[in-house]
Amino acid sequence: MAERKATPLWDGKIVRAAALDSLRKFDPRVQAKNPVMFVVEVTALAVTLILVGNLATGAHRQLGFEVQIAIWLWFTVGFANFAEAMAEGRGKAQADNLRKTRTETMAKRIGAGGGAVTLVPATELRKGDVVMVAAGDVIPGDGEVIEGVAAVNEAAITGESAPVIRESGGDRSAVTGGTTVISDWIKVRITANPGETFLDRMIGLVEGAQRQKTPNEIALSILLAGLTIIFMMVCVSLYPFALYGGTVLTLPVLVALLVCLIPTTIGGLLSAIGIAGMDRLVQHNVLAMSGRAVEAAGDVDTLLLDKTGTITLGNRMAEEFLPVAGVLPQELAEAAQLASLADETPEGRSIVVLAKRAYGLRGRELGDDGAQFIPFSAQTRMSGVDLHGHRIRKGATDSVIKFIEERGGRAPADLAPIVEGIARSGGTPLVVADNARMLGVIHLKDVVKEGIRERFERLRAMGLRTVMITGDNPLTAAAIAKESGVDDFLAEATPETKLRLIREEQAQGKLVAMIGDGTNDAPALAQADVGIAMNAGTQAAREAGNMVDLDSNPTKVMEVVEIGKQLLITRGALTTFSIANDVAKYFAIIPAMFVIGYPDLQSLNIMRLATPESAILSAVIFNALIIVALIPLALRGVAYRPLGAAAILTRNLLIYGLGGVIVPFIGIKAIDLIVSALHLA
Amino acid sequence: MLANAVIQIGLFFLIVVAISVPLGRYMARVFSHEPTLLDPALRPIERLIYRLAGVHPETEQSWVEYAVAMLLFSAAGMLLLYALQRLQGLLPLNPQGLSAVAPDLAFNTAASFTTNTNWQAYAGESTMSYLTQMAGLAFHNFVSAAAGIAIAIAVIRGFVRRNAKTIGNFWVDLTRATLWILLPLSIVMALALVWQGVPQNFAPYVQTQTVAGATQTIAQGPVASQEAIKELGTNGGGFFNANSAHPYENPTPLTDLIEMLAIISIGAGLTHTFGRMVGDRRQGWALFGAMAILFLMGVAIATWSEQRGNPMLTRAGADQRASAAQSGGNMEGKEVRFGIVDSALWATITTDTSCGAVNSMHDSFTPLGGLIPLLNMQIGEIIFGGVGSGLYGMLVMAVLAVFIAGLMVGRTPEYLGKKIEGREMKLAMLFILVFPLVILIPAAIAIVLPAGLAGISNPGPHGFTQVLYAYTEASANNGSAFAGLNANTPFYNVTLGLVMLAGRFLMKIPVLALAGSLAAKRTVPPSAGTFPTNGAVFVILLVGVILIVAALTFFPADALGPIVEQLAMRHGRLY
Repeated sequence: MAERKATPLWDGKIVRAAALDSLRKFDPRVQAKNPVMFVVEVTALAVTLILVGNLATGAHRQLGFEVQIAIWLWFTVGFANFAEAMAEGRGKAQADNLRKTRTETMAKRIGAGGGAVTLVPATELRKGDVVMVAAGDVIPGDGEVIEGVAAVNEAAITGESAPVIRESGGDRSAVTGGTTVISDWIKVRITANPGETFLDRMIGLVEGAQRQKTPNEIALSILLAGLTIIFMMVCVSLYPFALYGGTVLTLPVLVALLVCLIPTTIGGLLSAIGIAGMDRLVQHNVLAMSGRAVEAAGDVDTLLLDKTGTITLGNRMAEEFLPVAGVLPQELAEAAQLASLADETPEGRSIVVLAKRAYGLRGRELGDDGAQFIPFSAQTRMSGVDLHGHRIRKGATDSVIKFIEERGGRAPADLAPIVEGIARSGGTPLVVADNARMLGVIHLKDVVKEGIRERFERLRAMGLRTVMITGDNPLTAAAIAKESGVDDFLAEATPETKLRLIREEQAQGKLVAMIGDGTNDAPALAQADVGIAMNAGTQAAREAGNMVDLDSNPTKVMEVVEIGKQLLITRGALTTFSIANDVAKYFAIIPAMFVIGYPDLQSLNIMRLATPESAILSAVIFNALIIVALIPLALRGVAYRPLGAAAILTRNLLIYGLGGVIVPFIGIKAIDLIVSALHLA
Repeated sequence: MLANAVIQIGLFFLIVVAISVPLGRYMARVFSHEPTLLDPALRPIERLIYRLAGVHPETEQSWVEYAVAMLLFSAAGMLLLYALQRLQGLLPLNPQGLSAVAPDLAFNTAASFTTNTNWQAYAGESTMSYLTQMAGLAFHNFVSAAAGIAIAIAVIRGFVRRNAKTIGNFWVDLTRATLWILLPLSIVMALALVWQGVPQNFAPYVQTQTVAGATQTIAQGPVASQEAIKELGTNGGGFFNANSAHPYENPTPLTDLIEMLAIISIGAGLTHTFGRMVGDRRQGWALFGAMAILFLMGVAIATWSEQRGNPMLTRAGADQRASAAQSGGNMEGKEVRFGIVDSALWATITTDTSCGAVNSMHDSFTPLGGLIPLLNMQIGEIIFGGVGSGLYGMLVMAVLAVFIAGLMVGRTPEYLGKKIEGREMKLAMLFILVFPLVILIPAAIAIVLPAGLAGISNPGPHGFTQVLYAYTEASANNGSAFAGLNANTPFYNVTLGLVMLAGRFLMKIPVLALAGSLAAKRTVPPSAGTFPTNGAVFVILLVGVILIVAALTFFPADALGPIVEQLAMRHGRLY
């Protein structure tokens, strides 16, 4: 997988741009989207205005203290802005990488009805236009190959320099704007208007411009707004309560309490977390069509995985030569090797290699020995060689039996058990015959990818069920399922059975993720809650899914799930931390507020903060600085470990819950020491 | 003394566990319409009620219909009780010839009993006729409790059902809660109380000569029947002004135990009803566990603080040590019969639940000892809680806990297979917002208005505590009097009446909407990746969220009342 290099966290350019950007975000219209920070900004403004008013009338009492409070309130808003701007900046850096591919290209548009070719700028192309792209040309927009076949370099979007084949029809017909044709030519029908292509949509999402709040973010915002209202009532009612006890609370002090209590930490970092999640996805070369899809990825219960390429290596390998009675293994191996010498498929090559390894048979040069190679055809379902009167064939069992029977031979009795044994073990039998004589069977084995069993165990620990999708017969599928450790399988899968499986899972309330490429995958991709289309797949598949994997790597679905989970964990961890922080802030501010009216409350000052002013100021400073301190966590995400939910919960509750209670006690005390050392309050 | 406290509280808690499990199972059967032993006797009565009332028991209601039925029923009941009080002078069963109750007090009392608060701004024996007590107050004792249970069951159904439009039928749930649960338990308990010497008669008050030669009027009445439902329905409105400190309401140690068990049992049992109905009994035990932790913490602090007594009295020469001859500690406002442990235990239980019956005067507790009842109510009476209201209040907190921390397992939050999304969060927050809205804001108004300040009997922080306590108990529908505050004034009668209504119905409507919203959702089957809500980690998390979110809301206010009082007392200072 060609993982994009992550931008360093404190990249100078991004930090500078973000600092500037965070000033622009002080605009109340921007803040209004975030109720928590909006309250901070409004109260900061109120404190500032009163301060100015007091200065004008000369009515100030604790000028230095109140000015500092006001400054730190503004900093609180600024830091939250900065966090968001940083996330957006990193997203922009990604987007710029993507955008480089969208340089101004010229397109050879073919007039309607196969008319004349005109040269137009790519930006003038519309959906439905047909363009001719020849070797050396840049494909001017997203589209579908309708004629021809070509090698295309997609390094611009995938980072992978090996060219890929794109051809009309089949499952390899989609092309992406910005990639380059390096051989032959293709005719492409454009499928997206300029500004609506994958890249455009993705750029919009990672830059944050088109970002809409995801459902969980909306729910979380409601919680945060609710807590904000509760703490506003606490602070508003505290004024008369204090008045009864003879204490007149000033606005800056009350605002300080309010801002410390409302969940500014998560409120300030919420959108940064979301943007960073999208960003991480792009680093894995996956483009999501919405933030919602990323969230859904964390919730996935069932993963549908294609056998080939995901669970097994794409190619079957020769494992063993199994001769029938009366045939020596060497004889079978030699015939099999001969039949495969010209077979350029990986299977054919693996037969040659096995014969050499097991029996020391070297592939002979047969170039002008009068050998005639018979290529595989869908009709005969066999391939082989004719040499010195030998007609050696290898192929599907029934085809080869038919071949020898036509020549007066008969299949020996022990052939059927051998063939069945291979099928039951998950292999594919390849029967070999020489004229009318049956020689034996080559055991072609599906090679399960290394480490896939561990991978499934991890997924199981995360609570995910994996289902292998294969066109194989149930016997073979069962054997591979057993070997690979996948939870379940769907054998002899068709587009209909796939769709039915997804619907059944969903009827049980489960969320389903799948990865697909072909046109016949489109209905299933659309039905799945998370549908990842391979970039190399068809346009239909890409439009049906809600994510596109630029690497066209079928194992990517597992990473996508982990990224989704990591996003949610980060959000939950910072919410828990933010709320747990309130305990310490109470112990800092409440005794300080009432030290005059009720000196006994000084006993609650368990941190032994120097002065009431220093206590309040330290709490406010801590509250502002913690946002900055947590920016790296918000952008990088909480480290994800694939454990069961109970284990993750215990661990994270200890770190972010208990830690959230303890850390501010230490932090506020430390800030208080500095504040009093500098005689700030 | 420690051994005494541990044995009493421990024994009590074990009996609660032992009662709550079978009771919870029984209630689950009642509301799942499974056969019970009482069916032969009660089914005909049930059918008769439905026929008379024109209820179609098989017709299910959406949450809106359910809420409207509940509101109409409560409004009608409240009007009836108001009328009964105003007209009691003209009606029978009034041997003392008590006259009509004043309008503001009648409103306050009607609101109070309709909302299961049973705050009493009056003294029962000198204000309410036997008819008013039985047909008005006792009636509400039954139905307000039954309505609470009904709503809890509707909320449970919200979790159980999938893709459903309805959450049950209010009339059926109300009837079954009354007939199958409250009525049989009340009859058994009333008989036990009569056996222990609690009066049950319609006799006029008795005039006797005391030993000292003075004449004393001893109030009489149908006490036992009222007493039973007062506790079972977590109502708490005493027949007499002294409530369960009165020897006719609570004559013996055994009645004290029975009454405490009655207060807590249904609330505790409902957690198991919940566990059974959702098909995972450990889910019920988890809620029970969280409640038990908070209960034991509260009772331990209250008992410790009361037993420790007041250091200033020690300095003044009073002997507050426990010995064979006395229970020691802070005995002001407590019955010598009950001593420290039973008084502190009762005070904790009565505010853990929404009962509000008292066997000691909370006003006279040490500040820390008095903080526990206050805090119990402020976190929403979800520690076993009022019948029904405790369970649904705890479920809202569970939803909140799952939402805050649930993301940390890497899935969007879900509780019992139901995704907690924007709508659920909105409703849960509406529920949670009610508490500060109807406690802090009215208290803030009362504490600056002359009409509010006039009721305060002690200056300084204790006076503030009195006001805070009054609005807390009203909004929490507790009804326990902190005493000390003179609340039978138009200002307090009206504001407290409104707070009681708001505290009940502003919370019930969102909670029913939540039930409707959850019922309509599909249920996600649990997997290894699901947030586990039936284990110890969840219990600890739930307790943490309750303490941080609910308790911290009131920390500043409490700091200016009981907390500063407590610190001052330790520093030897008075206000």
